[in-house]
This record gives sequence, C-alpha cells and structure tokens, in this order.
Amino acid sequence: MQDQEHTGGGLVSARAVDIVVALIMVGIGALVMADSLRLGAGWAEDGPQSGYFPFYIGLIIVVVSLGTVALAVFGRKQNRDAFVHSVQLRHVLRVLAPTVGFIALIGLIGIYVASAFFIGASMRWLGRFRWRTIVVVSIAVPFALFLLFEIWFLVPLPKGPLEDFLGY
Amino acid sequence: MEALSSLIDGFGVLGDPANIMYMFIGITLGVLIGVLPGLGGANGVAILLPLTFTMSPTSAIIMLSCIYWGALFGGAITSVLFNIPGEPWSVATTFDGYPLAQQGRAGEALTAAFTSSFVGALIAVVILTFLAPLVADFALEFGPAELFAVQLLTFCSFVGMGKEPPFKTLAAMMFGFALAAVGQDPTTGQLRMTFGWYELLRGFDFLIAVIGLFGIGEILLTMEEGLAFRGKSAKINPRIVLQTWAQLPRYWVTALRGAIVGCWMGITPGGATPASFMSYGLAKRMSKRGPNFGNGELEGVVAPETAAHAAGTSALLPMLTLGIPGSPTAAVLLGGLLIWGLQPGPLLFIEQPDFVWGLIASMYLGNVAGLIVVLTTVPLFAAILRIPFSIIAPVIVTICAVGAYTVNNALLDMSFMLIFGVIGYVFKKLNYPLAPLVLALVLGDMAESNFRNAMVLSDGNVSIFWSNGLVGSICGLAVFMLFWPAISAGLRHLRGTTSHLPAE
Repeated sequence: MQDQEHTGGGLVSARAVDIVVALIMVGIGALVMADSLRLGAGWAEDGPQSGYFPFYIGLIIVVVSLGTVALAVFGRKQNRDAFVHSVQLRHVLRVLAPTVGFIALIGLIGIYVASAFFIGASMRWLGRFRWRTIVVVSIAVPFALFLLFEIWFLVPLPKGPLEDFLGY
Repeated sequence: MEALSSLIDGFGVLGDPANIMYMFIGITLGVLIGVLPGLGGANGVAILLPLTFTMSPTSAIIMLSCIYWGALFGGAITSVLFNIPGEPWSVATTFDGYPLAQQGRAGEALTAAFTSSFVGALIAVVILTFLAPLVADFALEFGPAELFAVQLLTFCSFVGMGKEPPFKTLAAMMFGFALAAVGQDPTTGQLRMTFGWYELLRGFDFLIAVIGLFGIGEILLTMEEGLAFRGKSAKINPRIVLQTWAQLPRYWVTALRGAIVGCWMGITPGGATPASFMSYGLAKRMSKRGPNFGNGELEGVVAPETAAHAAGTSALLPMLTLGIPGSPTAAVLLGGLLIWGLQPGPLLFIEQPDFVWGLIASMYLGNVAGLIVVLTTVPLFAAILRIPFSIIAPVIVTICAVGAYTVNNALLDMSFMLIFGVIGYVFKKLNYPLAPLVLALVLGDMAESNFRNAMVLSDGNVSIFWSNGLVGSICGLAVFMLFWPAISAGLRHLRGTTSHLPAE
C-alpha cells in the first residue's frame, strides 16, 4: 500500500474518534435494548418473546462498547495518530460530496442522466479534461449502461423526465 | 467412490453450453471486478447477484462462483503491478510481487501468482469433493441446538482469531445482528426496531450493506491517497510463462504448505486474508530464501497466493454443508442461495445433488478457465487501470448504485448504501472488522431461529446447549475461542514477568 508520510495537518486524533464512535455504539445498543423491552424480552408460553434475542444483542453492544471507551481513555496502547489528515479528508470529500449529490439527483432525473452529470463533474473537477472529452465520455457511459440494463438485461433502473420524453 | 460418480454427474450438468458460457462470462467479469478497487469479491458478487435472478439457480451459482474465481485471480494483478491489493487477501502478494515488478520481472510475478492460485484452489477443490459429502452426512445429525452451536463457534472464532481488538469485533458482530433483526420478526411477525418507519419493514438487505461497506467504503479509503494510479507495465508472453513454470516446481513445499494452511483457514472461518499472511510468514521463516523475502522472491508470491486461493475455495465447504460461510463472499453466495429458496446445509446434498455437484464440477473447470483467461488478458486489464481515476471512480460508484437499486427496486436502498459506505470507511479506519458484521447480517435470522427452536425444544432450558457430547464440545470450543484473547494475554503476561522477551 502506498505509505506516505503525513506530517501535520491531522484533524482529529484516532483516539477521539474511537471514543465518539464507541459512544455512538453504546447509544445504538441502548436503543436496541429499549425497543426489545417494548416488545417484551422475556418468555411467552410458547418460546422466547420477540425482543428476547435483540435485547441481549443490544446489551452486548453496550457492554463491549463501554469497554472500548474505557480502553481508549485509560488503556496503555494509545493510538496517538490522527484519524485523518486534512489532505486525506479533502480527497475523500471530493468523491463523497459529489456522490451524495448524485444519489439525491437519481430520484429526480433518473440514474442515466444523473450519472452523466456525475461523471462529467468528476472529470472536470477531479481530472481537468477538455470539454470535448468530458461530453463524449459522460454521455457514452450512461448510454452504454442504458443499453446494458434496459435493453439487454431488461432490468429497470430509475428513470426521469428525459426518458419519459423519449418514450421509455 | 460415491463422491467421484457424483462429481462426474456434476460435469454432466456443465455439458449444457449455456453453463459453459456463463462460466467464461463469470470469470471475465470476476477478473475485472478483482482488478478495480471498490468492486472487490464480495461486493462484485453482491452487485451482480440480482442480475442472475432470471437464470436457473444452477447456472446462476456457476456464474457467480466463477466471478468469485475471477476476483481471486484478479486481485493479484493490481497487487503486483500497482502495489495496490485488489482484495484484502492480496496484501501479502504485494510484499514480493511489487518489488519483482519494479525489477522488471512483473511477467514472472504474475505467472507465479496465477499458477499458485490455480494449484491452491485445485488442491482445495479436490479436498472439498471428498470431504463435503462426509461432512454433510455428519451434519444430518444436527438439530437446532447443534446448528446454533456451530454458528456460535463461527462467530467466537472471529473474536478469538481476529487481528482486531475483541471488543470491537464483538461490537461489529452484534451490530450486524441488530441490523439483521430490524424489520419483521420471522417467528411472530412483529415489527422490530422500525420506529414507525414503514420503509424498514423489509429490514436491511445484506446486499446493500455489502455494496456499501465493501464498495463505497473501499473507494473512500482508496481516495485518501489521492488519485494516483501509476503502475508498472507488464509484459507477459508465452516465453516468460514457460520460463516461470520451469522455476516454480522448486517451491512445491511452500505451495503445499500454503494450500494446507489455506484449506484449514478457509474451512474454519479464518478466511483467505489471514491464510495468506500466515502462509507468507511461515514460508519466510522456514525457507532457505526466507531472508530475501520482501525484495522480490518468487517464493514470496507463491506462498500467499496458494493459501489465499485454497482458503477462498474451501470457504465454500462449510457454506454448502453447514450453511456457515467462511468468508464475506461466501456469505453473499449463501444469501443468494437463500434467495433462490435453496437451503444450504446437509439436506442440500440430498435434495439438490445436481446443483451441488454441478457447482463443484464448475469449480474445477472454472479454475482452469480462470488461469487461461487471466494469463492471456493481463495487458488488457493493466490498460484499464491506466484510465484516470477521475473517470473510473464515478463509474464504479454508478455501478454500485445500480447494484444497490436492483436488489429491491428501491431508491432508498441507494441512500442506505451510501450510509453503509461511510460506516465502512470509519470502521476500517478505527479497526472494526467488517467480515463478522456481514456474516452476522446474513446469518442473523437463521441463528436466531435456531436458538429459538432449540429453546422451545428444551422448554426454555439453556442447558440444551451442553446436553450431549457434540453440542457441548462445540459450545466449549466456542467459549474457549471467545475468551482466547484474554487467555493469551494472560499467558503472555505470565511469561513476560519471568523472562526477557525481545521486543516484537
């Protein structure tokens, strides 16, 4: 794996994130336990109640995650590294943010048109291609997908106003 | 022997030309998937699974398992040429594979990797052929308590033998169980943890989780280092192949050892990844060329690759005979079987022999076909990786989104995929293991119903789990595995205070 030295620019320590995530897990476990108690976590006449299994699952999550918190706070082997460096985070967000937009768009304009914008935007902002290449690729790929899924595999994917207009 | 004649029947199933075609399509897709990051073995199979719904289960599983092979082979390509492991089990291949490529010997490294994979998988399939019916026969005696005990052992082994901190392994695993419990209770029909959200009626589909965790999560992780994807060029031609083949028999001990380690780790739920590391470590310690490992030793490629493929193949043994997947990809395949209404486990061998033996026969042919395909198409795949990441990344994400959508034709699933993607990214960075999460998600409902049935049989008495020798010993082993980290830490502490150990 590429192992570059990231000096400085660490945003938050791995230990801090560890504790936060473990606390979130405790919360999730508590939620599971709460809902299981609502359903009943004991014994009905014919077997365990619906909440029996999940209750103990939630309990284990709570106990184990509290253990993780304890280890992170008091443990000997402290991970002092950064969870993520700002450079790395920037790279990740450059893919994550457009992806969120992409998924949101799919519901509105269908996956084929959305992916055309997605690929085009990615090529422009992440890749710096010439407009001509961008247009060609970002139309060709969804088109190929369209042929593959709608025509060949006959698997319907979310479509939007453009496809309605074209009669699909 | 009965196994052999069943196997021959299995080859008959393959006689159908459509199945042969599916085999080759599967392998090609598999190599492509193995080569592209974010479309790893488990994820790729998950994405393509819904596409196979229109095929017969036999054809579908043949294609899917060939995708699996292809991915196993393909992971080595990126490891050697780009120092980027295409699959988690290809990490050990980078240790000697990439240095070989840097020395201009990429063709040799790749040939060695592919051939070792072939040998490892072949040995595993042979063992599977003869062992599977025996295990299936044995498992027919299993009642719900025994089945639950085996599943318990599986999960406890993750805690005991995993690299990750046991608390986190347990947390990830239980999280998977919790996710599996969301939705309708299979026994009583009551809604669990939906919190009034109608969309959660179906619960979380493991396919969505796999695509998110292993697909999107993987891409986010890869993005951390930026968009550089520069690789060494590979010249692979028949002369290099034959030359390397001439050298390989020298390493037969390593290969055999790797295959055995792999088979063992695959059958017990260790998986291909620890198998590859263990084999590499053993070879480094036991071979004459050990000290030179890491600088471009062919043997350093043979060791992990035989183990990883043997493990990946033998992971299918517990899946078919006991319904216990030995790896995340096997878990996805298991999920697929369930969707088709096939119940993996001992009854499968009796009720669906065509399916089972057709699958096993396809493993032999798939292995051979895979080797041929992969040796001839390396330059093609290496070229694909030259496509700039700014194009490949969104295409992969689009394919993942398509995969997520086709599971249930639900737009919401794509958002769930994204959430799982972020979870996968964070979990990986914090050292929470993903494999037990996925296994718990796939097996959760089954494990729970086994538990409940056992409880009903025993009228609420937990002691049914040590009521006879079989259950008791499995449960005992499970408990031992569960507490192994504590036990070994204690042992280390005792030893550490009485002797001076060199710092590890």
